[in-house]
Amino acid sequence: MTQPGAGRLTPALAGSVSSAGLLFGTLSGGLVADVSSGWSTSVEQVKLLDRFSTSNKSLTGTLYLTATHLLFIDSHQKETWILHHHIASVEKLALTTSGCPLVIQCKNFRIVHFIVPRERDCHDIYNSLLQLSKQAKYEDLYAFSYNPKQNDSERLQGWQLIDLAEEYKRMGVPNSNWHLSDANREYKVRKLSKPIIVGSSKFRSKGRFPVLSYYHQEKEIQSRHIWIICFLFFKNQAAICRCSQPLSGFSARCLEDEHLLQAISKANPVNHYMYVVDTRPKHRMQSWWATQKDIGRIIVRISSKIWNDEKIRESDEKKRLNAMANRAAGKGYENEDNYSNIRFQFVGIENIHVMRSSLQKLLEVSGTKGLSVNDFYSGLENSGWLRHIKAVMDAAIFLARVLIEKDWISFGHKFSERCGHLDGDAKEVSPVFTQFLECVWHLTEQFPQAFEFNEAFLLQIHEHIHSCQFGNFLGNCQKEREELKLKEKTYSLWPFLLDEQKKYLNPLYSSKSQKFAVLEPNTVSFNFKFWRNMYHQFDRTLHPRQSLFNIIMNMNEQNKQLEEDIKDLESKMKQYKKKQADGVLTKELLHSVHPESSTLKDSLCFKEQTLLPVNDALRTIEGSNPADNRYSEYAEEFSKSEPAVVSLEYGVARMTC
Amino acid sequence: ASLRPPRPGAGLGLPARPPPLQPAPRAALPLLGPAASGAPGLPPLGDMEFAELIKTPRVDNVVLHRPFYPAVEGTLCLTGHHLILSSRQDNTEELWLLHSNIDAIDKRFVGPLGTIIIKCKDFRIIQLDIPGMEECLNIASSIEALSTLDSITLMYPFFYRPMFAVTEDGWHSFLPEQEFELHSAATSEWRLSYVNKEFAVCPSYPPIVVVPSSVDDEALRKVAAFRHGGRFPVLSYYHKKNGMVIMRSGQPLTGTNGRRCKEDEKLINATLRAGKRGYIVDTRALNVAQQARAKGGGFEQEAHYPQWRRIHKSIERYHVLQESLIRLVEACNDQTHNMDRWLGKLEASNWLTHVKEILTTACLAAQCVDREGASILIHGTEGTDSTLQVTSLAQIILEPRSRTIRGFEALVEREWLQAGHPFQQRCAQSAYCSSRQKWEAPVFLLFLDCVWQILRQFPCSFEFNENFLILLFEHAYASQFGTFLGNNESERCKLKLQQKTMSLWSWVNRPSELSRLTNPLFEANNLVIWPSVAPQSLQLWEGIFLRWNRSSRYLDEAYEEMVNIMEYNKELQAKVNVLRRQLAELETEDGPQASP
Repeated sequence: MTQPGAGRLTPALAGSVSSAGLLFGTLSGGLVADVSSGWSTSVEQVKLLDRFSTSNKSLTGTLYLTATHLLFIDSHQKETWILHHHIASVEKLALTTSGCPLVIQCKNFRIVHFIVPRERDCHDIYNSLLQLSKQAKYEDLYAFSYNPKQNDSERLQGWQLIDLAEEYKRMGVPNSNWHLSDANREYKVRKLSKPIIVGSSKFRSKGRFPVLSYYHQEKEIQSRHIWIICFLFFKNQAAICRCSQPLSGFSARCLEDEHLLQAISKANPVNHYMYVVDTRPKHRMQSWWATQKDIGRIIVRISSKIWNDEKIRESDEKKRLNAMANRAAGKGYENEDNYSNIRFQFVGIENIHVMRSSLQKLLEVSGTKGLSVNDFYSGLENSGWLRHIKAVMDAAIFLARVLIEKDWISFGHKFSERCGHLDGDAKEVSPVFTQFLECVWHLTEQFPQAFEFNEAFLLQIHEHIHSCQFGNFLGNCQKEREELKLKEKTYSLWPFLLDEQKKYLNPLYSSKSQKFAVLEPNTVSFNFKFWRNMYHQFDRTLHPRQSLFNIIMNMNEQNKQLEEDIKDLESKMKQYKKKQADGVLTKELLHSVHPESSTLKDSLCFKEQTLLPVNDALRTIEGSNPADNRYSEYAEEFSKSEPAVVSLEYGVARMTC
Repeated sequence: ASLRPPRPGAGLGLPARPPPLQPAPRAALPLLGPAASGAPGLPPLGDMEFAELIKTPRVDNVVLHRPFYPAVEGTLCLTGHHLILSSRQDNTEELWLLHSNIDAIDKRFVGPLGTIIIKCKDFRIIQLDIPGMEECLNIASSIEALSTLDSITLMYPFFYRPMFAVTEDGWHSFLPEQEFELHSAATSEWRLSYVNKEFAVCPSYPPIVVVPSSVDDEALRKVAAFRHGGRFPVLSYYHKKNGMVIMRSGQPLTGTNGRRCKEDEKLINATLRAGKRGYIVDTRALNVAQQARAKGGGFEQEAHYPQWRRIHKSIERYHVLQESLIRLVEACNDQTHNMDRWLGKLEASNWLTHVKEILTTACLAAQCVDREGASILIHGTEGTDSTLQVTSLAQIILEPRSRTIRGFEALVEREWLQAGHPFQQRCAQSAYCSSRQKWEAPVFLLFLDCVWQILRQFPCSFEFNENFLILLFEHAYASQFGTFLGNNESERCKLKLQQKTMSLWSWVNRPSELSRLTNPLFEANNLVIWPSVAPQSLQLWEGIFLRWNRSSRYLDEAYEEMVNIMEYNKELQAKVNVLRRQLAELETEDGPQASP
């Protein structure tokens, strides 16, 4: 269900070993051609180790390889599906007495540790996965073979969904799942905003200059999306191409955009400031400003364009430039008047390479067995991850003061490179989108009622960024996406999410309230927490056993059902009375009222809660019963302190009612 | 998202008058004049006793500053037990602060304007700007004197007159006899013993304790001589499911020469089934327990207790905990920390490490009882701190009743108050005090934090919400009620608290209070609840530690929305039921007519 398409495959296979074999039979030959020699479709007696157990607790089962997934079915018939595209790395460890260990790390932060009895088998799986997880061409990605049995017009509709939604949004029809109903309010907010120029320092390949992007008053939601995303993704945004094509290079082409800027300035005679926002940390920024005076000059020129200060003299320009360089170097202005319309803001956001290694460190720490609180926090600190999140948030708050958080759909993010869909330059892979989702999550934590969607929605999007199951996140920019003919060859994710929108709704969402028009998030450090439900989404033993949100969500559903029941009952009463008055009475009438609405019987207690609202095999947790890890944890401490003591690792606590 | 029940007052006007700590102004008015001196037989009230301590009873034009609220100007009054600031403009703007809630004060001067910074035991910090240096100095020294009264009988509970109708006297809500029946009715293996009636056998035990039926009082006296502080093993919890028990005691006084006590061995062996083993959980590290022998203490030797397996789990006590709290609160109060520094400080405080240690040990104890089917004896040195944390948390995990409001009250009464946790000593000072005494330690707060962690992981399994835990924390440190006064039952008896003060439970167990403390999501379940103790699953208790450092408005509103949804559900269900009944009535009325 989480993977809508794969979800449709599952029923055919569910629980049945032989049917899983069927799937393998349906493989398109080319995909696994290299794999065939010696490799059978399944390997039996494979052990799946408990990730956090230090006593090597494991489940035994059978491992299957399909064209799209790696599937493990344990002795309890629980299925663990791993999409090949989700696999970030496969590692074969040294042979042990029980077999050959294979560790698979996934981009959705699942980590599985198999032990394959025969080394030969392990080697085969390893090689197969290496090939299957890194596709060289777009055409090999799952999205191009994935068929959710939609016809062409449905597919097209799916792709148009978001545009349609935008239309609704403009019309203010409050039907969409994506907060589209607040358009008016947002416009209002946007009027208050000032044009902002983001100068950024993405030194990608040789001599490419920072990106410039505008924020302007054009009443096009599209542009706002892009703007918003682009500042969140700051320097990775070499291509903010959709709304502002000319911006791939700064010095060379920005002058061509001056008419745009002029338009802005005309539209906004009240704007007095231009903000120059530098997203780099100060130590990098200062030396950079010193060497990049031409960029400073351009900014000065643009600023003068904006305020129709056409007759700026060379000397003025120089003055401003120097002042700006001084300001950038932290020396401050000498004379405010000359450049009073330029405001600087520096936010220390590191580049993608730092981010990537930061996340790596974070995951290493959180994956440690028998982790102590101190190691966890010092690891959290050393990874710098939350520092980066805070930096991004701080930047967002300064820049936006708009409803950034509600926009997540259209953006010019370089998905394919950043997410490593294809086998390419590892240095270009970066978790910026994960960071964006995490920022949104932090906002939802601070403002539980401001968002129409819930955490599961964020997790689901993250899942599909990497799944390559839908066309939305393939390709690096719109141009590339068009060339790939994504709309003809693949399906869009949004209709699938929309189909399941009930699961992604925040039950506490307050749509009426104006108080969330502008969120003012608190970015004091103590507000930032480790996002356990993202980075340990598959480690269910670490989760709360009862989910508040699911319960409220069920309660909301139940309330709706009850309202229906009441209506039903009332109309029957009416009918009854009428018939009574008429002296006619039919017994059936009463019988048709179901005596106990089934919803009433539902117990809140221990509803097996899921982060992602799924219950099918796709999201099976490794380890059959969620309760057992907790045991092992206490028990491990137990046996550590007192080796002589019999291990207290007992069966499993039943956590159901 | 972490939804928290809203704290009254936190969102409106002055947050300073939450009902539990500050009585309604009217209720406190009697304090202002001798005319209101209480009922017969009660000690004479009045500020006469405090008059010499109050150098300046009243200052005008004082400005109050608190985070997240605009400054308030008003008149500052000092009474024997309260600091009151009321703004002239609006009667609702009134701050009532118990002197006993004040942990430390700082004063400074800028010209004639003096500033007093008041740091409270509940971690709140407020600032008063007082015009006039002399007034300021007087106020500061008065507050200092009034907040550090050394006689318990001068504390506010002895002067407090409740303005609510007492429907149930909390002093009699949880009598040991009743509790014994509730917990042990299933077996005859245990009995009540009155051996400590005069507090002669063990000064820190209550007069009534539960012991194995097969052990007589004479043996208990001998065992008491062998256990630290006379704390012989007593029943803490009886697990009805399998008849296993948790017992607690002080450390055995084996000393360096390996002293033994046959009665002690017999007593704890009496709790074992034939052929079964038990576990002894020592809450000290092995080397600490070994060192204790030099001071006459020690641990149970395998040779003398062959049927018992000993497990050492190190839980910190005393100043280590107090330091941890001080560092944590300091870190939480500094809004300027960058991320690295904040995480570094959070880590260095070690607070969550203590939480994890305690929770892990409690889970282990619960696991022994429920999974292993083994009885367990828990002790550290005295058996009044870490021991009680473990026994009470194990009960939260094992016993559904202790997750209800009354059950939790009973647990606090039984496992903390009667069991002799020295509240008076441990809660004398909080995170801001500079004079650090060895016996001050946030043992009870750590216990509450652990409960909160479990509550977060099982948000539907507790009848109470976070407010209840916060309330207990506040009252343990400063209260108008007598419940947490004294260090043990013996002291409470001598102070005649039952006659002279009001019980916290009398006040809490009224519908108006309970509604604020009740968890709307509660659904009773009879299961053992196993929390995760992984660092990723433990969180800083924001409701306590960040309470005064950030606005909780949006979280409170979300909580209210949640309550509304739940209440709406109840309404709808009631309506559906009514309609069904009406319809059914119509049917029976008309049945005879319709059937022919």
